Amino acid sequence: MKYKDEFRNKHEIRKYVDRIGEKAADRSISLMEVCGTHTMAISHYGIRNMMPEYLRLISGPGCPVCVTPNSYIDHAIALAKLDDVIITTFGDMMRVPGSTSSLEHVRSNGADIKIVYSAMNAVEIAEANPLKTVVFLGVGFETTAPTIAASIKVADECKIKNYYVLSAHKVMPPAMESLVLNKKIGIDGFICPGHVSTVIGSLPYSFLAEKYNKACVISGFEPVDICASILMLVEQVTDGNPRIEIQYKRAVKPEGNPAALKMMYDVFEPCDSEWRGIGLIKESGLKIKNEYKGFDAYDAIEVETEPLKELNGCICGDVLQGLKFPYECGLFKTVCTPENPVGACMVSSEGTCAAYYRYENNWT
Amino acid sequence: MASLDYIRLDHGSGGKLSYRLIKDLFLPHFANEPLKKLDDSAVLSLSHKKVAFTTDSYVVDPLFFPGGDIGKLAVCGTVNDIAMSGAVPVYISAGFIIEEGFPIYELERIIISMEKSAAEAVVDIVTGDTKVVPKGKADKLFINTAGIGIILDNVDISSANAQIGDTVILSGYIGDHGIAVMSKREGLSYKTEIVSDVAPLHAIIEGLMQSGIEIHSLRDPTRGGLASSLNEIAAKSNVGIMIEEEKIPVRKEVTSVCDLLGFDPLYVANEGKFIAVLPACHAPEALEIIKTHEYGKNAEIIGEVTEEHKKKVILNTEIGGKRIIDMLTGEQLPRIC
Repeated sequence: MKYKDEFRNKHEIRKYVDRIGEKAADRSISLMEVCGTHTMAISHYGIRNMMPEYLRLISGPGCPVCVTPNSYIDHAIALAKLDDVIITTFGDMMRVPGSTSSLEHVRSNGADIKIVYSAMNAVEIAEANPLKTVVFLGVGFETTAPTIAASIKVADECKIKNYYVLSAHKVMPPAMESLVLNKKIGIDGFICPGHVSTVIGSLPYSFLAEKYNKACVISGFEPVDICASILMLVEQVTDGNPRIEIQYKRAVKPEGNPAALKMMYDVFEPCDSEWRGIGLIKESGLKIKNEYKGFDAYDAIEVETEPLKELNGCICGDVLQGLKFPYECGLFKTVCTPENPVGACMVSSEGTCAAYYRYENNWT
Repeated sequence: MASLDYIRLDHGSGGKLSYRLIKDLFLPHFANEPLKKLDDSAVLSLSHKKVAFTTDSYVVDPLFFPGGDIGKLAVCGTVNDIAMSGAVPVYISAGFIIEEGFPIYELERIIISMEKSAAEAVVDIVTGDTKVVPKGKADKLFINTAGIGIILDNVDISSANAQIGDTVILSGYIGDHGIAVMSKREGLSYKTEIVSDVAPLHAIIEGLMQSGIEIHSLRDPTRGGLASSLNEIAAKSNVGIMIEEEKIPVRKEVTSVCDLLGFDPLYVANEGKFIAVLPACHAPEALEIIKTHEYGKNAEIIGEVTEEHKKKVILNTEIGGKRIIDMLTGEQLPRIC
């Protein structure tokens, strides 16, 4: 098995870890990952505790489910309660708490909610149920958005008129800028997201190095990838030479995936978007263009949502920005568990709190 | 079963068809004296004072999967639960809940499979029951088995008995069963077929006990996988357990499928594996004995029981890191990014 031998090789990793150790800077260095798969891999392989003391690995808003705000969940729940509406969604969304309920809860009370593995499944459901209104919950970053765009185009071409998307898609670079601008976090560099970068390439991150002097390395997901990327980042920081490097060369090209980008921007256009815990970030979301307005659930289906209520005591917002670790939350592991999640970061399999709960909490 | 090739509601009526089903299908395959009497209870004599008694229900979907079927699973699962108490399995019961319309040739295949597994495990199926529910009220076939085993003198095996300094042995590759069943259900196919490990483990356990190996805890890591079983031992025995990831046998195919679908082999179900916790001084001999058996030939010493990290299981990861392994929580949801 090539990747197991090459990318999980203990001796190879030891070499990187030793070199990171030798770089021992005279100050602490904080590196943030902004992809849920990186968050999970770092926790799963125990990479955090292999690192020297000067290095702080913090988790950012890398999980699309986690950054989806209450208002969106409330909207989806309100739609689910309408007659003749079928909600289609990725599984992770089911248990995300809204203001007072969750999709799982309304489903158990009779709402028609189906878990799908791709937006195309949702289009098929719409085609098979012409008398129903089928809404797909479009949640995800640049990795997911092109596939949802494709589903809208297919529905358009096949004249499927009962398919709608409730878009909460987000794009990563503006969120990274907002994190950099928050001086309390103090980020020196980013482990840039591997999946997102396969689509957008490396160019959209260049402002982070040029304007803000932040180190950036686009990393793969195997332990050797991550340790190699951390070394590259530490070198950029200690050499005072921040730039965008691609470690994940086997999947990411500087120009990204032009076909996917075209698909995405054929259907979507940038809009301001709210991130859970962080607030409104300019141009950080994707909304459906006028040309495809007929597929926009926000526009096409009128619904009244319940009054917005934020959760008491949950610090998901601080966790999502790397300001606090999950175990600093009073609810963590006591009130908030994967079976009974209070905040979104515990719900998603790639959420920071879920990663800490499963792999990292207080075993020392 | 001349003229009838599928299960009708009548087969569960307690009347003529029920009788024929029992006489023509069950009895020929499960022949033994207590069952043949067809009384309301099987009357058994047991020579030992201490017995182990267990029950389990089987609802696997699909009923047939690479390496086994629901019948083999129903016999081996109960045999293994008995063996994990340090008991020698002797008798089991079998209750069938069958959906109307279920093909009798499939039922027969399952019964033959149970017959073979029972013969291998040297147990008699001494009592049983058949119920038929209307179409749509159950998914094809569910089986419940219960079993009795006799506990030899001076045997005291429990999840609560692990001692600090003990060695942890795992009897072979993990994750095969869960991945084999899931792949079959979802219609996933790979270059190499992944086959369930379902097998009776009583002979290995008997072998260990007959050699005078002292065993403190035994578990078969079924649902919840290796991670959950180790956690149960750590919690009940109030000890820590430290495991070496690189010692845990996982087939490359299983690792690949797990990577692809976002599962962790540590949490995937097994049906033919056990964990033994025993004094370190007995470990080399125990490992040797386990390895002489077909179902234990890939056994490994995977870790030890520690004083620190009480009630927790710590994994030294294959790359040299450390992490906690917790009980399985929630279901494994599909990834979205």
